[in-house]
Amino acid sequence: MIRLRDIRKIYRTRHGDNLVLDGINVEIAKGQHLGVLGRNGAGKSTMVRLMSGAERPTSGKIERMMSVSWPLAFGGAFQPMLTGKDNIRFISRIYNQDIERNLAFVEEFAELGPYLREPVRTYSSGMRARLAFAISMIIEFDCFLIDEIGAVGDARFHDRCNYELFGKRADRAMVIISHDAAYIRDHCNRFAVLHDAKLRLYEDFEDAYADFKELIGWKPPPGWPNVEVATA
Amino acid sequence: MTDFAENRRDFAQSWRIQLRVLGALLIREMLTRYGRHNIGFLWLFAEPMIFTLGVTALWTATKSVHGSDLPIVAFALTGYSSVLLWRNMPGRCIGALWSNLALMYHRNIKVLDIYSARVLLEFGGATISFFTLSLVFLMLGWLTPPEDILQIAGGWLLLAWFGGALAIFLGALSHQSELVEKLWHPASYLIFPLSGSAFMVDALPKFAQEIVLYIPMVHGVEIVREGWFGERARAHYDLGYILPLCLVLSLAALLQARHVARNVVPE
Repeated sequence: MIRLRDIRKIYRTRHGDNLVLDGINVEIAKGQHLGVLGRNGAGKSTMVRLMSGAERPTSGKIERMMSVSWPLAFGGAFQPMLTGKDNIRFISRIYNQDIERNLAFVEEFAELGPYLREPVRTYSSGMRARLAFAISMIIEFDCFLIDEIGAVGDARFHDRCNYELFGKRADRAMVIISHDAAYIRDHCNRFAVLHDAKLRLYEDFEDAYADFKELIGWKPPPGWPNVEVATA
Repeated sequence: MTDFAENRRDFAQSWRIQLRVLGALLIREMLTRYGRHNIGFLWLFAEPMIFTLGVTALWTATKSVHGSDLPIVAFALTGYSSVLLWRNMPGRCIGALWSNLALMYHRNIKVLDIYSARVLLEFGGATISFFTLSLVFLMLGWLTPPEDILQIAGGWLLLAWFGGALAIFLGALSHQSELVEKLWHPASYLIFPLSGSAFMVDALPKFAQEIVLYIPMVHGVEIVREGWFGERARAHYDLGYILPLCLVLSLAALLQARHVARNVVPE
C-alpha cells in the first residue's frame, strides 16, 4: 500500500510560486493499477516522483508500506559515459542484487548485442529505452511507477515489455502515466485525471476519459468516430 | 529494551545500505573519470603526483625563498600536497549535483552521498600521492625521515576535514547559486599563496603572522611540517581556533546539504 495524504507541491520559479499539486489524496493497494490522465505539465511526473521518494512534497505525507520502484522506463538514471554493463553493475550494487544474474538477464532481454559494452552516450534513444526497461525489470518491486512507457522501442519489444509487466507482474501495484488513453484503458483497473493541481479518481475508464476530454477542451472532429484518414 | 534492540538493528541495516551506496558511487565515479583506458584509475594519484613533482622541481630550480633553512624538497612536498587536499575537494564537489541529478531517482542515494563519494575519492588520491612521493624521496635520500608520523597524520586529517567540510558546503551552495563556481576559481588561486604552502609562518613579520593565522589551511600545513621537521620547523598553529572552525563549517555543510536535498528536483 502507498498512501498519499494532503500532498501539496510548490515549485519556486522565476515568475513566482507554481502550485503543481494541491491536496492530493490517494491510496494504491497491491494488485491495483492506477492510470493517470492529464495534459502536458499537469504534474503527473511530479506526482510519480513524489511517490517514488525521489522528491519531497512541500507538505503532506507519503507512506510506503511496500517496495516502490523508481519512475520506470526512464533513461536518465544512466551515466552516459559508462557502458551499459557498468550501468547495470551500478544499479545492481545500489539495490544489492546479483550482478552476474542481472547482466545475463539484460543481455538476453534488451538484445543490445555488443553495444552493451559501449558507452551509453552512443546509444540511440530506442536502445536507451530498451536498456532502461530491462534494468528496471531486474529488481522486483511490489509497486511499479510507469511514466510514459508507451514510447519504448519497436512493436516487438513493446509486446515483450507488456508481457514482462502485465503478464508476469500483474499482481503488483502500478501507477501508469501515459498520453495514450488506450494504453491506460487496457492495462488499468482504476483511473484518475490530474487537472489544475487536483486529482480526481474514477472506477470507470469512460467516465475518466470523458472528463479528461472536456477538461482539456478536446472537441471531436466532424463525423467522429468515423473519421477518414487523410491519404496523400 | 526491545526498542533499543530494534533501533540497533535498524541502524545496522541503514549503515549497510549507506556503505553499499557509497561503494557503488566510488566505483562509478572512478570509472567515469578515469575509464578503463591506459592506466585507468591509477590516474587518481598519478595526476596529483605529477602536479607535486612539477612544483617540487620548479621550487628547487628557482631555489624559492621560503624563509627557513628547511630542505626545499620536503618543503614543497608537504606544502603542495596540502594544497591538493583543500583545493581539489571543493573543485570536484561544486556543481556535482547538477551532473548527477539523475541519480536522485534512486531513493537510497542521498545528496550527501554524492558529495561524500567525491570527497573520499579526492582524499584517497591526494593521500596516496603524498605517501608514495614521500616514500620515493626517502629512498632516494632527498628527504630525512619524519620526526613524528602520527602528528603528520593528524595534521593531514585536519586539512582533509577542513577541505571536506568546505567542499560539501560549497558544493551544496553551488546548487543554488552559480556564483559559487565563478568565485571559487579565483578564490582558490588567491588563497594558494596565502595558504602556508609556500612559506613558514615563523618567517613572517609579527603582524603578518597574526593575519595569516586567520586562514584555516595554514594551521594544518604547519602541523604537518612540525610533524616532519620537529623543532626545526618552529610551527605556529592554534588547535583552539582550527578545531571549532572545522566543527562549525561541518555543521553549516550538513545544514546546506539537507536544505538542498529537501528541494532537489530530479532531472
